[in-house]
Amino acid sequence: MIQPAATDLVTVNIDGKEIAVPKGTNVIEAARRVQVDVPFYCYHPKLTVVGNCRMCLVEMGMPAVDPATKAPVMDPATGKQRINWSPRPAIACATNVSPGLHVRTTTPMVKECREGVMEFLLINHPLDCPICDQAGECKLQEQSTGYGRGYSRFIEQKNVKPKRTLLGPRVMLDDERCILCSRCVRFSKEIAKDDVLGFTDRGSYSTLACYPGKKLENNYSLNTVDICPVGALTSTDFRFKMRVWFLNQTNSIDTESSVGANTVVWSREGTVYRITPRQNDGVNDTWMADSGRLLYKDVGGPGRLESVRVNGAESALDLAVRAAADLLAGCGAAVVGSGRSSVEEQFLTARLAAAARATPFLVARAGKGDGILVSSDRNPNLRGALVTGLISALPAPRLGALGAQIDSGEIRVVLSVGEDLLAAGLSPEQVAKVSVIYLGTHANATSAVARVLIPTLTVFEKHGTFVNQQFRIQRFAKAVPGVVGATDDLLVLSRLVAAAGGPVLGGDVGAVWASISAAVPALGTMSYANIPDTGLLLDAGPWAALPFPEGATLHFKPAVPAPVEASHV
Amino acid sequence: MPAPEQHRLIFRHIDEDGYSNDLACYQRNGGYGVLRKAVLRKPEELIDEVKKSGLRGRGGAGFPCGVKWSLVDRKSGKPIYLVVNADESEPGTFKDRYIIYRDPHQLIEGIMISCFANKVERAFIYIRGEFPEGAKILERAIAEARAAGLAGPNILGTGYGCEIYVHRGAGAYICGEETGLIESLEGKRPYPRIKPPYFPAVLGLYQCPTIVNNVETLCHVKHIADMGGEAYAKIGTPGNTGTRILCVSGHVQRPGYYEFEVGKVTMGQLLNEVCGGPLPGRTFKAVIPGGSSAKVLRFGERYRGKRKAGAEMVEYDWGVEDIPMDFDSLAMIGSMGGSGGVIVMDDSVSMVEALGNINAFYSHESCGQCTPCREGSLWMKKITARMVHGEARPEDGALLKSVADQIAGRTICAFGEACAWPTQSFIAKFGDEFKGYAQAKKAPRADGVPELV
Amino acid sequence: MNLRADTLRRIDEVITHYPQKRSAALPLLHFVQEDQGHVSTEAIEWIAARLEVEPINIYELVTFYPMFRQKPIGRRHIKVCRTLSCAIMGGYRTCSEFQKQFGTGLGEVSPDGEVTIEFVECLASCGTAPVVMIDDDLHERVDPARARSLSEKIKAESRATAGTR
Repeated sequence: MIQPAATDLVTVNIDGKEIAVPKGTNVIEAARRVQVDVPFYCYHPKLTVVGNCRMCLVEMGMPAVDPATKAPVMDPATGKQRINWSPRPAIACATNVSPGLHVRTTTPMVKECREGVMEFLLINHPLDCPICDQAGECKLQEQSTGYGRGYSRFIEQKNVKPKRTLLGPRVMLDDERCILCSRCVRFSKEIAKDDVLGFTDRGSYSTLACYPGKKLENNYSLNTVDICPVGALTSTDFRFKMRVWFLNQTNSIDTESSVGANTVVWSREGTVYRITPRQNDGVNDTWMADSGRLLYKDVGGPGRLESVRVNGAESALDLAVRAAADLLAGCGAAVVGSGRSSVEEQFLTARLAAAARATPFLVARAGKGDGILVSSDRNPNLRGALVTGLISALPAPRLGALGAQIDSGEIRVVLSVGEDLLAAGLSPEQVAKVSVIYLGTHANATSAVARVLIPTLTVFEKHGTFVNQQFRIQRFAKAVPGVVGATDDLLVLSRLVAAAGGPVLGGDVGAVWASISAAVPALGTMSYANIPDTGLLLDAGPWAALPFPEGATLHFKPAVPAPVEASHV
Repeated sequence: MPAPEQHRLIFRHIDEDGYSNDLACYQRNGGYGVLRKAVLRKPEELIDEVKKSGLRGRGGAGFPCGVKWSLVDRKSGKPIYLVVNADESEPGTFKDRYIIYRDPHQLIEGIMISCFANKVERAFIYIRGEFPEGAKILERAIAEARAAGLAGPNILGTGYGCEIYVHRGAGAYICGEETGLIESLEGKRPYPRIKPPYFPAVLGLYQCPTIVNNVETLCHVKHIADMGGEAYAKIGTPGNTGTRILCVSGHVQRPGYYEFEVGKVTMGQLLNEVCGGPLPGRTFKAVIPGGSSAKVLRFGERYRGKRKAGAEMVEYDWGVEDIPMDFDSLAMIGSMGGSGGVIVMDDSVSMVEALGNINAFYSHESCGQCTPCREGSLWMKKITARMVHGEARPEDGALLKSVADQIAGRTICAFGEACAWPTQSFIAKFGDEFKGYAQAKKAPRADGVPELV
Repeated sequence: MNLRADTLRRIDEVITHYPQKRSAALPLLHFVQEDQGHVSTEAIEWIAARLEVEPINIYELVTFYPMFRQKPIGRRHIKVCRTLSCAIMGGYRTCSEFQKQFGTGLGEVSPDGEVTIEFVECLASCGTAPVVMIDDDLHERVDPARARSLSEKIKAESRATAGTR
């Protein structure tokens, strides 16, 4: 990608440190770049600025110039240009840098401002820390420790507001904890486009609420929980389940659609507790859809496949691989890959199809795009299949071609990588006509009739990469160990490739990448380890003419406008 | 020195026998003659006259009107709006009410001249909800003016037109803050906007350049257009030109409204002569000179320093009675001219209870948008309410001051100062009463001294 | 919504005053409250639909501005100013007198359904303190004696119109 030309840079001075930042940067962001922490609550880089918490008050000043001659006025004490410091503090979030701007954050005035705001925020705040989910990731806790006075002088009666109101199916509201920063109100209106939250009453009695009878139930409601700086909005799913300081954080990718929203998987001792979005300004900003967050429930859910089976009987992996290779060795094999497989798995699937002289297919997965972070292609990695050469055209909506080949007797063996053939379009008669080899995580109609059944891992239990709708390759990492009885997909596939007469390739992500970068020109310079956390944009040129189904989402515009969905006439 | 005579410029007809608020009466008295002449001039000339006049806003801030008009962004291509701030809610102030109820056409003429000068084609009068009759009067007056071709489209055959609409508020003091007013006019909760960037002159109503002026200020514009800016500037005192309407309430013999040349009457002349002095058997104790947001003055205090008189610096040594009632003098001695609402308290008033009353007002009116004012105003109210109705501690005065110090200068709008200054000044000037209140309130309440909290 | 034809006409007209419909929220709330006596849930939703905003946007206003009430009040509305100038001239005693005359607390409907008494903030007539608004009319210099006579007047008017209720 060609980097855009450097924007106008403005030089400012923050606590004595000079830095040049692009025009339009606000003082909070500029300070961050010189490791100066300006505390805030209501500011959010992806929402409009309201400046109501007043926590980011800092001292600002401009260099003094003679009004008539514009010559700099010098300070005899320092020998440098005198700075006219404003007697009033100003909020950093709403102040954009201007040339020569000086900022002080360590003066007594700033200290008093912060202590004052902290005191005010705490006087009506309930002492809920022991029972509040936000503990450990609460801005109020962090900033009162860092900038508060440390004791309270308030001896009056606190304001009482409704506790534990269900704002929507996934969001619980504790109104007393709310500091009225309005992040949730702005988010609902500006990003989720569902103007359902507001403040009622007035003054210190102001209360966050939905209109009575309405709910906060849009598919982005949980983002308000992420951005709530205190424990006012909490997730009903996560409520009271685990203290956040016990949780490990693993970078991952939302597999709900080709948007590829970046996520963090929070886990402890092999159990996933929640998923939150990870910032990627090129893909999903700081948001993700609620529906993507719930996918972690698949990990231990019912129907998880846990034993290798050959012809219905429990078996060992080696025997299953041998049995599968034997089936594939006869002619008439098809390999059904998945748009939910990782790039590495698709690469190996392509090698397997080649080794077994099998026709490769892919299952399409269409859904309604919401224009925000759920696209109309519900495969997170369709493009990985194109890049690795597993397929060269977009998959047909149903497995029609495969079904025809089964009917004609051309295909007698089908190896499916995690796809339920019946759900994908084959009829029960067609499935009954072939021998099925199934690699997957959960039981379904296809796994039930598989001659060879090899359990594999969910996205949370392995490493890999996906290529999203922008042709951006993004990494996900293993958060929890796989269930007992399941095997890493790369290991299984590489064994199958070797057993089918193909090359001996590595069975872990690092080794597979050695082969990938050697074989796939588009990925020639990469390794799993060196892909940055925000992903890498690939050259989409070779596939530019394909009619991808997605419409626009937050950071994606289709090259060719998607075909208009059929209207309800 | 005896008090000067009133100079009834705006209030000329307010108490006149037989003067009615209809168009016919207004025109019999020469009404709309100024508008007729104004529309024949260049709009820029009229703005110039207002600049030369030195007119300062009469709503409370005292900001020079000509400067406000010159800040308007005239290059954006967006329509320019004029909003009349008729939300008179500053405690102690009661002047705009009489203009609206008894001489509405003076306001309408002032509005039309101001709109013509600033090329405004749509103006809104934001009138507080508690003036329902006033809203009807204004609507009637606008209809009369439109029918006579003095407002509405194509006035006086010039091709220029401006519609004026009345918009009623619903009981919120914060709608008197110009950006809070604009938010309320847009149909939203009246949360004042952060400035920068939302200066009304650039990004006001509907994000278009907007002028927000007080009722009385716009009436002055009419007179400035009539006599010229230079002549107007000769009235009053330098930097504090023209006349202003002082509203005196509380413990004086003759409370009411009085219009004087700015700076030509002192507090003592106003209270002792014009208003007849304190009530029988009482002495003046405290006075708030510019609406309840202004810092209180304690009778017996002295104010000393140097001030500019012409080209020289002269020394001054004033008691409360000596202070000239103009913006600069009142600011100089540590208070403000504000809205002109003079609230007088005599020795029967407990300053703790008076502050309790004021704190209750501000905590009730705080919009709740920003942390210091929202939490601090209610905290201060709870402290004074506890002092009056519960346990008063000697350190409560210091606590009150400390809370107030954490509010002023830290908020989105001037309401922060408005709710903090009373507490700061009451503690500063009457701190002894706060320390001794626990003891003092044990004494039985004197007959005729009403509760305030 | 069972609004009078006249109210609907005023609503249609006032919306034309503003380049953006949402600005008509306050005028519509006033008209509806004058028509119905209070602003019901149905009214909030009706106004929201009429102005093409969400119900929460109207509900936010109804709960912010003290002049709007969501429940019916007494037949007469007595509003006593409690701010400084009126208070130091005896406003609290005036209010107590009204409450005594009608046997009711603040913000309630009196037992005979006749009045609701409330404290309000400065009514901008401080020179004639203490002041009271009864419905749309301002009454000046209302000491407890005058409060008594105003209460008598209200009761007399109530008896006179009892037949029409």
